[in-house]
Amino acid sequence: MSTSTTELTAAAAGIAASGSAAEPDMRRRIARGAARERRLRVLMPLGALAIALAIWEGLVWYHEVPHYLIPAPSRIAATLASDFGSLLPSMWFTVKLTLLSLLLAIVGGVALGMVFALSRLVEISLFPFAVILQVTPVIAIAPLILIYVHDTFVALLICAWIVAFFPILSNTAIGLRSADHNLRDLFTLYQASPWQRLRLLLVPSALPYFMAALKIAGGLALIGAVVAEFVAGTAGQNTGLASRILESSFRNEIPRMFAALFLVSLLGVVIFLLTSFLSKAVLGHWHESEIKREN
Amino acid sequence: MTAEAAVSADRVRGPEMIRMAGVHKQFANGTVAVRDMNLTIRQGEFISFLGPSGCGKSTALKMIAGLLSVSAGEITVNGHRPGEQTGGQDTGFVFQEATLMPWATVFDNVFLPLRLGGMRRREARDRVEEALASVGLTRFARAYPRELSGGMKMRVSIARALVTRPRLLLMDEPFAALDEMTRFKLNNDVLKLWERHGLTVIFVTHSVFESVYLSSRVVIMAARPGRVVSEIDLAGDHPRTDRYRNSPAYAENCRVVSAALEETLDHVDIDH
Repeated sequence: MSTSTTELTAAAAGIAASGSAAEPDMRRRIARGAARERRLRVLMPLGALAIALAIWEGLVWYHEVPHYLIPAPSRIAATLASDFGSLLPSMWFTVKLTLLSLLLAIVGGVALGMVFALSRLVEISLFPFAVILQVTPVIAIAPLILIYVHDTFVALLICAWIVAFFPILSNTAIGLRSADHNLRDLFTLYQASPWQRLRLLLVPSALPYFMAALKIAGGLALIGAVVAEFVAGTAGQNTGLASRILESSFRNEIPRMFAALFLVSLLGVVIFLLTSFLSKAVLGHWHESEIKREN
Repeated sequence: MTAEAAVSADRVRGPEMIRMAGVHKQFANGTVAVRDMNLTIRQGEFISFLGPSGCGKSTALKMIAGLLSVSAGEITVNGHRPGEQTGGQDTGFVFQEATLMPWATVFDNVFLPLRLGGMRRREARDRVEEALASVGLTRFARAYPRELSGGMKMRVSIARALVTRPRLLLMDEPFAALDEMTRFKLNNDVLKLWERHGLTVIFVTHSVFESVYLSSRVVIMAARPGRVVSEIDLAGDHPRTDRYRNSPAYAENCRVVSAALEETLDHVDIDH
């Protein structure tokens, strides 16, 4: 309420000021300030990262730490470049595993979430299963799944899916129920069809909840994929980054381990950025969580 | 008392529009929200349901809208059961909060009732723009609700209720959360819309002054259980302008309505 009033006052001030001589100057100053803030938002974290890497590099050189204990960033970068040919297929494998499990978590979570939202009875009957799946550590279930499921990729997929599935399910179910009661009445008054109600009211109301879940599930899918692969301990051509990390540790190739680790982190960061971007694109124009406030 | 207030009960009225006969509403927890409510509302009337909280005035309004079922008795609106009119386009409803969809623009919010009735955006454009113009928000069609003040949101809500060109407008304490200046302004707006569109309005409020200023008849309700205790006809005092708000007739009407309302509060005290 108070923010909207402030915005209105600001808008009114803008209208009142238009035409006066001071206005273009003020607008330029505001635009300059905004551009500066955007630059800083990118430059500051990058700068901090560069400084941290420089300190790491310096300490390793100064203390002459052997590369099989802690490799310098430059050495990791060199390993990354030289081993890129063998790391890339592994990364692709992990990407495939993560995204596919996330996709299945979305499909399954949203579908079941809708059923839950439609029927309280189904929800109270099935929710315990979802909770059991969620609270049992995936690392404890993974060996069983690997025994029962013949295809390793499918087994890994199931493990990653179990981890990513729950937040999507629970948030979708809550989100679909969170529609404003008066708006529901309004849809009843105008005799909306079930499809209109779903598309125009329930889905938009659920979106903020779903987006929050997606951000969490994206990270969890990657964790699930890596953990499952560790448990599987698979080796050979068609395996992911976790196998590369395990393999390097057996062979004491620490720089290669760091390189694979770097790629896993990079993947996580990219997933986070993508889901954040998506959330902003979908909710940015209306939901409190994504609206930038001026102060 | 009622004789004093019945300044002129013989104002020419349209045909009967709403009839409530022996209407009873009991909720699942046993609360009797409305007991034996009998009321006839004619076309073109501006009715206020006035009473303390818990007197069932909102419940009665929602039953007329077809949003709540009736436990016993019967309600007819234009000869039909509530909610049975074609497409629900004949009734507009304004809630206590503006109740807008935050993800949709002002235009899309106002367009909603027509959209639910199956109308295309292109066909609806004129109707939506007309409704926005009638509440003075033409320039804000592309704004989002969060960019508007409380009063403006409420006006969007009124435009949405009017966009289907309903004959009946139901308002559930629509201005209770607004500041007094805004409320006075919106009171005048609603009166203008009532006159211009020949609407029938049922206005739920707990403000004596608002009910006296707006309505042609005040229905006073008491709580525990919710019931109608008296009806006060104010149809004689027109036009309703700021001049009326400062007239002795208005002050006298307020006194009469207040007295009637106080009597209902006394009843509660005796009951307990």
